[in-house]
Parts: sequence; structure tokens; C-alpha cells
Amino acid sequence: MSGSSERIEPAIAVRGLRFAYPDGEPILDIDRFEVARRERVLVHGPSGGGKSTLLGLLAGVIPAQAGQVIVLGTDLGGLSTGRRDRFRGEHIGYIFQMFNLIPYLSVAENIGLPCRLSAERRARLGAPLSQAVSDVASRLGIGDLLGRPVTRLSVGQQQRVAAARALIGAPELVLADEPTSALDADHRARFLELLFESCHAAGSALVFVSHDRGLATHFDREVSMADIDRTAADRTATDRTAA
Amino acid sequence: MTILWLALRSLANRRLTSAITVITIALSVALLIGVTNVQRSARSSFEGVISGTDLIVGPHGGAAQLMLYVVFHLGSPIANVDYADYEAVAAHPAVAWTIPMSLGDSHRGFRVVATNADYFRHFRVHGDRSIEVAEGSFPEGLWDVAVGSDVARELGYGLGDSVVVTHGLASTGISDHDDKPFTLVGTLEPTGTPIDRSVYVTLQGFEAMHIDWASGAPPRPGEAIDQASIRPEDVEVDEITAFLVGTNSRIESLGLQREINTNEDGGLMAILPGVTLSELWQVVGYAERALLLVSILVVLVGMLGMAMTIYTSLEARRREMAILRALGTGARGIVGLLVLEAGALSAAGCALGVAAFYAVLLALRPLIRAELGLQLSARPLGGLEWLYIAAVIMAGTAMAIPPAIKAYRDALTDGLTVRL
Repeated sequence: MSGSSERIEPAIAVRGLRFAYPDGEPILDIDRFEVARRERVLVHGPSGGGKSTLLGLLAGVIPAQAGQVIVLGTDLGGLSTGRRDRFRGEHIGYIFQMFNLIPYLSVAENIGLPCRLSAERRARLGAPLSQAVSDVASRLGIGDLLGRPVTRLSVGQQQRVAAARALIGAPELVLADEPTSALDADHRARFLELLFESCHAAGSALVFVSHDRGLATHFDREVSMADIDRTAADRTATDRTAA
Repeated sequence: MTILWLALRSLANRRLTSAITVITIALSVALLIGVTNVQRSARSSFEGVISGTDLIVGPHGGAAQLMLYVVFHLGSPIANVDYADYEAVAAHPAVAWTIPMSLGDSHRGFRVVATNADYFRHFRVHGDRSIEVAEGSFPEGLWDVAVGSDVARELGYGLGDSVVVTHGLASTGISDHDDKPFTLVGTLEPTGTPIDRSVYVTLQGFEAMHIDWASGAPPRPGEAIDQASIRPEDVEVDEITAFLVGTNSRIESLGLQREINTNEDGGLMAILPGVTLSELWQVVGYAERALLLVSILVVLVGMLGMAMTIYTSLEARRREMAILRALGTGARGIVGLLVLEAGALSAAGCALGVAAFYAVLLALRPLIRAELGLQLSARPLGGLEWLYIAAVIMAGTAMAIPPAIKAYRDALTDGLTVRL
């Protein structure tokens, strides 16, 4: 980090990562995978192809069994569980496929939650929390929903609230696990547009996994699981042989 | 702080189950504190039946038996005390005052106590309460009688009523002293002790009633003596059942007790009321201890109910835990959330339980006092109650630790994917 030149570490650098189920069946075997800062990457592949596991590893929720996961220059494997949790709270935004929201909190409380749970994340806000919440919400077009209970939102609105929550405090990395799969085509396009704008404004890199390759045109780069993950390539080969 | 905030918001969201859990705990806590209070009140009420008396002196026999018939008016005396022996003890330099008592007769099921004015002057209950007349006066004349508050209420007696004493303890005896009725001169204030269920006459009156009896049998026809012809100076008291002694100091009472008990000729026995009361309480206190045990079990059942509620809610909350994990919440946060929820429910249950206890106590106290003669104390919570409350909150909080650990384990295996 303190090199002579001010080299900025990539958002993600994965080296020789391997992960297997408890029964020993390998799910992931990634030799190299990198995402630059502010880069928007689509990772696509079939369902059950280890995409969600990859996100769990990148987020530091699941520890790698072999190899390195380096996020923002920090090797997650070198951190204790507690430090990894804090690191995630400070630097990473996460969007689930659905059911993103804490049901007993309002929209504004859901969006502000990362900053309440992580003092470091809160310190990144340039404004009071309520101001930051309404800024990020209006960027995502949900500024008028802030006082609402989350149970009274449409799926599209819920996903925007989830995006706002992932982006508050401008984390360097946003991970999204098929966040558009429950949306129809119009909402999907609009959601992606708003997500990209917000990531750009926040300066966040985006890793977006989906089984839908059709989204690729929106991204800086698309990566197929089969290209980076040797187990996926093997599975594909086996499928071909079987066929 | 954020975790506590989340815990409270989560509980508020599940209002109905939270409320039911709080009420369950509140009821069990109210029961526990209520039982503790009844236990304490019953004990102080039990020990308050006799105060300020240093020694009870009666014929040789069991200490508990002497206590039972002199103070609780239960059972019957087996022998008597010579009046001369009584006078000898009364003249002892250590003695400040004495109260002679004769027992053995009854009036419609209530015991008759024959004594003198010193009883009303020196006898104390509940620490320092003396016996007061509600109406009229204490008995002084040969045929005067005063009755305790329960007797007056249950029999509907008023001043001037005629009271016939029955020989022995049967409620309607074949041997009523109906030729020598007493006249009611006073009713006593309630004391919450056996005094309320007693009938008081003078020693002379008691003796006069039996003046024409011989060897415990009614007078043969023709030998009965007319009531009107008996004059106080004709009556001589030569035996009593027992007597109470107040000494000049506590230390002297121990010396006097030893002196009486070691005097082989006297045939007397002296007991310390406090010691014998404690021994008796060991016997009758079992019920209270059983009650306490039951209420502790009820509290445990309430706690287990709460733990079960938390366990069953975990499956539905896996998603919530995954979200919190994604936002950087670690083991401490997940475990803390569930433990704080249980702690908050327990604390709320305790607060509501204490409030319910005092509400019921204040509402029912007059009724319980009137119906059961039990004076429940309405003091603030004592150290024991606070200890129970602290134990309930701690146990309730601890109950959530196993489900909380399970929640964290689930969250670890789920990672960020929860299949729904």
C-alpha cells in the first residue's frame, strides 16, 4: 500500500481460489479473476454454477479453502472472522436476488442500516445520515417512499431500496446477486440504469452475477463462469461428452 | 446500541407474540413475588401472635404444646399450675410483670381465656401493638366478658348481650354454665391473631363459674349455688393454666428460665416464645416452601415458553440474519440481537409482573385481611424480590443463548443464500 508510486489496488484480485462442498465435490476453482476500481462486470453462468458462492467468498462471508481473495488490497483470508465482517460492513454493498429488506424497519431505516451497523461506513458519509439516505434514495427514484413500511412496496421498489442500501456511504465494491431476476423487462432496464448511475456517482466497482447473458451490453465487461472457473469448464465438458 | 434498537423494533413488529410472552412472564413473576410476600406476611403474622413476652410458664410437658394452647388456643392443657407457685415466680426480682391465664372452656366454639387486667396492659402482638377495645371496656367485674372481633362479628354480639360459657371445648356442650351467664362489656379491635377468636373473662369470673363444681363435674342437684349470691371476695383462685412473664432484661429471662426449669420441686416449665415459634414454623412453613417451589417452576415454564418462541421464530428469520450478515454484522451482533430480545421481553415481563402484583395486592388487601386475618405487607420490593427479578431477567436472557448460537451457525452455513 505504501509503495513509492501511488498504485491503486484493484477492487478484486482472486488468485488460485478453490472451494468445495463439505462432501468434497469442488464448486469453484478460479486461477485468476480481477476487477478494476469502478469497473462494472457481469458474471454470467448457469444456475447452480457457483456464482452465489463466488459472491459469498468475495464478500468474506465464506472463507476460502485455498488461494487468495484480495479485496481493495486486503487479503480477506488474513483477517479474523470479526475483522472480515467489519471490513464488509465498511467497504462492500450487497444486493440480494429478492427479499432484501428487514421487514420491521421502514424504507429510510433499511437504507441507513449499514451506517448504523458500521461506524466506519458512517464516517464515510459527507452529510448527516438522514441527508445521505434521502440523497441516495432520490438518486434511485424512491425519495418519496422513505417513510413507508417495506411490506407495502412492489418488488421493483424493494430492489431499488436494496440498491440504495448497498450504495449508501459509497462503498468501493458493490456485489449484486441476480437482483433483476424478479423484474419484468421494463423495470429491469430502468433498474440497471439507476444502479449504474449510482455506482458511477459513488465510484463503486460492481460485480453483478446473472444467468441472463442478455444484460451484457450494459456492462464494461462480461465474464462467463466457464471462462474463469475450471470446475464449470469441466462440467460443461462433461455435459458435452454426455450429449 | 444499533443491535438493541433492532431488537426492540423486531419485538414491536411481532407485537402479538411479544405481548403473549411478556404476559406469560409477568404472570409467573407476579405469582413468584406474591408467594414471597404471602410467605413473609404469613411468617410475620405467625410470629406476631405474641410479642414482648419473655417467658411462657406452664406445667411440665412439651414446649410446642404449651405454646399451642396458651397462644394459639389449640389443644388442651394437661395439668395446672398452683397459684402459689405462680405467685412465687411473680415475686422473683427479675420479673417485671406477669399475666396469669386459665383456659379450657369455650363459647360456641370460641375459646374462653380467663385472665386479669395485666393481660390487656402487657400483652403485645405484631411487635408493639397492644390490645385495644373497639367498644365498651375490658372485663373487670365477676360476670363481665369481652370478645374478640371475629367472635363479635360472627355471632353478631353487642354490648349487654348475655354470654353462656360451655364447660370444655365442644361447641354446644351438654354442660353449659347456663345458670351463670356473663354480660358482654366490650369488643376488641381486630389484631390478626387468635385473640380475635377468643372470649375474655376474669380469673375470678372463671373460678366463680366453677364454684359449685366438684372434681370437674357439675354440681349435684340441690348443691348448685345461685349466681346472684356469689360475691367477688368469696371467690378464691387456687389454680391457673399457665402464665406469661416479662422480665427486666433479656439476659435475666434466660437466667429465670434456667431457674424455673431446673427447679425439681416446682413442676413448672418455662419456654422462650420466639424459639418455640421458630420451631413451630419449621413445621407449618412447609406449605409456603412448597408454594415457592411451585412458583419457581411456573417461572421456569414461562422462560421455556419464551425460548421456544425464539426457536420457532428462527426459521422465519434466516433471511433477516443473512441480510444482517451481508451488512457486516458478526457473531456478536446476531447472538446479541436474539439475546437482547429475550432480555427485553424478560425485563418487560418483570416490570409488568411487579405492577400486576401491586395492583392485585392493593385491591385485595382489605378483603384478605377481613376474610383470612392475614395482613399482607404493601412495602416496596425487598432484597429477596429484587434478587428473584434479577434472576428471572438473567435466566430469560440466558435462555436465548442456545437459539442465538443456532441462528449464528445457520447464518454461517447459509452464507448469503437462503433457499426459501
